[in-house]
Amino acid sequence: MALPIRTFDAVVVGAGGAGLRAALQLAEAGLRVAVLSKVFPTRSHTVAAQGGIGAALGNMGEDSWLWHMYDTVKGSDWLGDQDAIEYVCREAPRVVIELEHFGMPFDRNDDGTVYQRPFGGHMQNMGAGPAVQRSCCAADRTGHALLHTLYQRNVRANTQFFVEWMALDLVRDASGQVLGVTALEMETGEVYVLHARATLFATGGAGRIFASTTNAFINTGDGLGMAARAGIPLEDMEFWQFHPTGVAGAGVLITEGVRGEGGMLLNSTGERFMERYAPNAKDLASRDVVSRAMATEIKEGRGCGPNRDYVLLKLDHLGPEVIEKRLPGIREIAKKFANVDPVRDPIPVVPTVHYMMGGIPTNYRGEVVAPRGGDPNAVVPGFYAAGECGCASVHGANRLGTNSLTDLVVIGKAAGDSVIRFLAENPGRKDLPADAAEPTLARLARLDGQKNGESVHAVAEELRRTMQAHCGVFRFPDLLAEGVRRVRELVQRVARTEVKDKSRVFNTARVEALELDNLIEVARATMVSAEARKESRGAHDRADCHDRPGFPNGRDDANWLKHTLWYHDGDRLDYKPVNLKPLTAESIAPKARTY
Amino acid sequence: MSGRARTRVSEADLRRLRWRCRRGMLENDLVLERFLDRHAATLDAEGLALLNALLELGDNELWDVLSGRRECADARLGPMVRMLREA
Ligand SMILES: Cc1cc2nc3c(=O)[nH]c(=O)nc-3n(C[C@H](O)[C@H](O)[C@H](O)COP(=O)(O)OP(=O)(O)OC[C@H]3O[C@@H](n4cnc5c(N)ncnc54)[C@H](O)[C@@H]3O)c2cc1C
Repeated sequence: MALPIRTFDAVVVGAGGAGLRAALQLAEAGLRVAVLSKVFPTRSHTVAAQGGIGAALGNMGEDSWLWHMYDTVKGSDWLGDQDAIEYVCREAPRVVIELEHFGMPFDRNDDGTVYQRPFGGHMQNMGAGPAVQRSCCAADRTGHALLHTLYQRNVRANTQFFVEWMALDLVRDASGQVLGVTALEMETGEVYVLHARATLFATGGAGRIFASTTNAFINTGDGLGMAARAGIPLEDMEFWQFHPTGVAGAGVLITEGVRGEGGMLLNSTGERFMERYAPNAKDLASRDVVSRAMATEIKEGRGCGPNRDYVLLKLDHLGPEVIEKRLPGIREIAKKFANVDPVRDPIPVVPTVHYMMGGIPTNYRGEVVAPRGGDPNAVVPGFYAAGECGCASVHGANRLGTNSLTDLVVIGKAAGDSVIRFLAENPGRKDLPADAAEPTLARLARLDGQKNGESVHAVAEELRRTMQAHCGVFRFPDLLAEGVRRVRELVQRVARTEVKDKSRVFNTARVEALELDNLIEVARATMVSAEARKESRGAHDRADCHDRPGFPNGRDDANWLKHTLWYHDGDRLDYKPVNLKPLTAESIAPKARTY
Repeated sequence: MSGRARTRVSEADLRRLRWRCRRGMLENDLVLERFLDRHAATLDAEGLALLNALLELGDNELWDVLSGRRECADARLGPMVRMLREA
């Protein structure tokens, strides 16, 4: 069967901060750009970002991009590529000022400059301190302001939006060049081939592979799934940032302020277990210490509830006045999502996934790279990625707060420029291969024809539970090994899902089945990469790799200072070196990461 | 939702609504999902119109309204806001 074909200079998949910034670059260069989004652009997940965008503007006191770079390298636990980190930190002030000129409503100082607030991990003097105010924000609506500003600019530049369109598969020819995507128009249920001279992914995160995540429902890692199925490896997928306290079963964030005000964590015996793990700081210990303690209590059978899979956050002893006054919003969140009133009852909590450090491998220009002919970073012609779905790698093993928005805008813009260059150097249009739509048609035929299959919901829930239990914030070798086995079983089950509703128009159930095809790729990559990495580094924290002489916090630079590359075919793993050489600055040599 | 005769909602409208309840913020996703599970089958045309109007709000504003931190500027939407808050 042949699908209808539409042709463009460039197709951008994703209309969050990264996709919109890239598209703007392309549209302003006069190219014919199609931007696809599953939801209206300003409803992309970027809208949830509150903390701000990091840039060494130095508006509040002395700052420099070199200090920002140092903090980012250290935050990454030395897994970040120092060329990409230099590029992002050096460009950050420029892109923020550009956003200001685009009309983004940043908070301001009395002298009219952009106000900047402090954020964890951002310091002066190459990590020596004191803390620096580097985060530029628009009240607590920075993501919202960013999306609206960029969306308006794109409308002005005549970017063509395909809203409520879902990209399904990448189209590659025999040489490996990327020639566009297949995509589903939800309104009609029609599938098209979007034939493009360049294709840019900006599909965001994939927190929905975990039972507990702060990510919205649309964050299903579609870009990663499409890339993996097309033979592109996924990089550093073992690294996910968790937040210690999310509402169990819902994932919604409970701010750290709750413990700051005196909230305490209890296990099933009612014990305030943090006293055992951190006798001095107790519940105020750092994020990783608290998360690790919670995971250990659950693993050792002292979790609460019917499945013993959460702990309790008690605040009733603070009294209703303190809760209402100092912790606004917490009572509503607990009532709505945990069905408890914290004035009387404790809130069930678990560590909750926030951010994916890994992704589609790119260089700092946003060009997708993969090993070929001995070069670990050979460019995949016609393919680009930016934002949370890409891995440049700016965040390495752990992202600093406010650095994601910086990454979206800097790499988004750079990727746009790379596309412009590529199109200028390659003026023609390559033909689509005859079987361009084959993988998509096969996937849809399988799904539409499936009899006696399993429910998408049931398989997805099992996947999320498995990831949470076997590949959570603190990782145990036995659980990881068992997790790999279980995820492989789930691969079989995903291939047999059935959707009863066969209608075409806005078939959410069918969309969810197609999303599950992407979730399973991300989950496999995560579990297999995590099982294999026998060290603790940044967010990858293994119970069998702990702090000892020569191995700061369990990190093993002699064997593991390298990026993981996971391939869909056969769960194959490969590794490539970390780039410790910045573009112009001096290399920042690995040392223990302590704050 | 009122005493007037209820107008049925078309299957197509309901399907579109279900997808449009996908939002940029998890909190909104969760509340809207629960609402649909409970009320989608009995939603009438008036209810659908009110809900669609609410969905026009940005995610942050919508969550402010759903969590009760702020009242909706448009008083017409009051009954729908109450149903969503109770869901
Ligand atoms: C609660 C929360 C608060 C945060 N706060 C901050 C902060 O203060 N500072 C900071 O730096 N970072 C923060 N982050 C992280 C940051 O918000 C995200 O990493 C970032 O917004 C991701 O942007 P993006 O452009 O890559 O993707 P997104 O904004 O997630 O956009 C993805 C886009 O891709 C589209 N899409 C996906 N799949 C498909 C498909 N198959 N077909 C078509 N379109 C598709 C979607 O519709 C969407 O338009 C926060 C994250 C969370 C969860």
